[in-house]
Amino acid sequence: MESGDKVWEVFIQKKPGLAFKHAGSCHGYDKKMAIQNARDLYTRRGEGRALWVVPSEAIVSVPLDDSEAFFDPGVDKVYRHATFYKIPDGVDHL
Amino acid sequence: MDKFEKAFNDIIEKDLKVEPRDWMPEKYRKTLIRQVSQHAHSEIIGMQPEGNWLLRAPSLRSKQVLLAKIQDEAGHGLYLYSVAETLGITRQEMNAQLHSGKAKYSSIFNYPTLTWADMGAVGWLVDGAAIVNQVSLQRTSYGPYSRGMVRICKEESFHQRQGYEIMVQMAFGTPEQKEMAQDALNRFWEPALMMFGPHDADSAHSSQSMAWKIKRESNDHLRQRFIDRTVPQAEFLGLTVPDVNIKLNKETGHYDHSPFNWDEFWNVVNGNGPCNQERLDHHKKAHHDNTWVREAAAAFAAKTETIVA
Repeated sequence: MESGDKVWEVFIQKKPGLAFKHAGSCHGYDKKMAIQNARDLYTRRGEGRALWVVPSEAIVSVPLDDSEAFFDPGVDKVYRHATFYKIPDGVDHL
Repeated sequence: MDKFEKAFNDIIEKDLKVEPRDWMPEKYRKTLIRQVSQHAHSEIIGMQPEGNWLLRAPSLRSKQVLLAKIQDEAGHGLYLYSVAETLGITRQEMNAQLHSGKAKYSSIFNYPTLTWADMGAVGWLVDGAAIVNQVSLQRTSYGPYSRGMVRICKEESFHQRQGYEIMVQMAFGTPEQKEMAQDALNRFWEPALMMFGPHDADSAHSSQSMAWKIKRESNDHLRQRFIDRTVPQAEFLGLTVPDVNIKLNKETGHYDHSPFNWDEFWNVVNGNGPCNQERLDHHKKAHHDNTWVREAAAAFAAKTETIVA
């Protein structure tokens, strides 16, 4: 990559109260340029009211090799779901 | 077959999306880089024929609209460069490949835009053909490409409608305007049909791309869809599609057409179209003339950015 030019990941909040959603990426040499480029690239039609840009290199993700083991603890605990529990008929608001 | 290859094959078979971190065959990656970078370059080079009319647009409204459309094309190019970057090629490498001629862009942009009616024909036919292709690509197997296509298709429909609006104004205007509209249709009709690429039997990359679901529908299939949609639109304008053999085939429900002049197509692909040299020279010049901007931005960032490594 050209000296100083960086890739940034762009997150948009569509409306107040909603979560920020990943929209794609853009280029920029510094933070100000990155967020202006993100605006010009991803919000030309009022797609959002708030923007984040994060240097792509700052994103941490799970290595592909490890992903099965990494997420394994989350798959066998059915008691973490509300549907696991039996509630007698006639009991409301649970 | 190792577990990664099996996972890839499962994704393709189940119509799921391949994501940047997933294992993929090297040839899948290369094919996508070639296709997506060519697509990106087409959007960027495609700004030139329209930029040609920016300072001569006939009204403030048409100028604003054209400017917004060209800005969209830049945006589409950038979305697509971003998609290609997720596959491990840099923006700089893609630019270098465009400049060296290793990477191509759509041949349609090697034709000149001679009159204001051409702005209509480009929006109506060129963007129209692009939409047919891109709607199909929304279902491509590579996730970032698919999402980019969804975004682009939303924006492109404005382009095609603004083009058709110009055609309506010209076709129902003075006799001279109508003549210009007909002339634009005459010049852009066959090149627009060739945007879908060679016939399926002659398409070098098609069958593997279809198997990997990078492409979802064949060149000829998409081309026929475009013809079927567009001929009635030309009839509404009172214009004549420049092909004496265009007629609705009652049996197939599709429009028949004459064979295309593929020699012309390959001639332009191979660099001998009316504007190949001009388009590439202009891109190179803009890139080189703006070197100082990139250098200044890098120097400013080096001085002011402290947190970001």
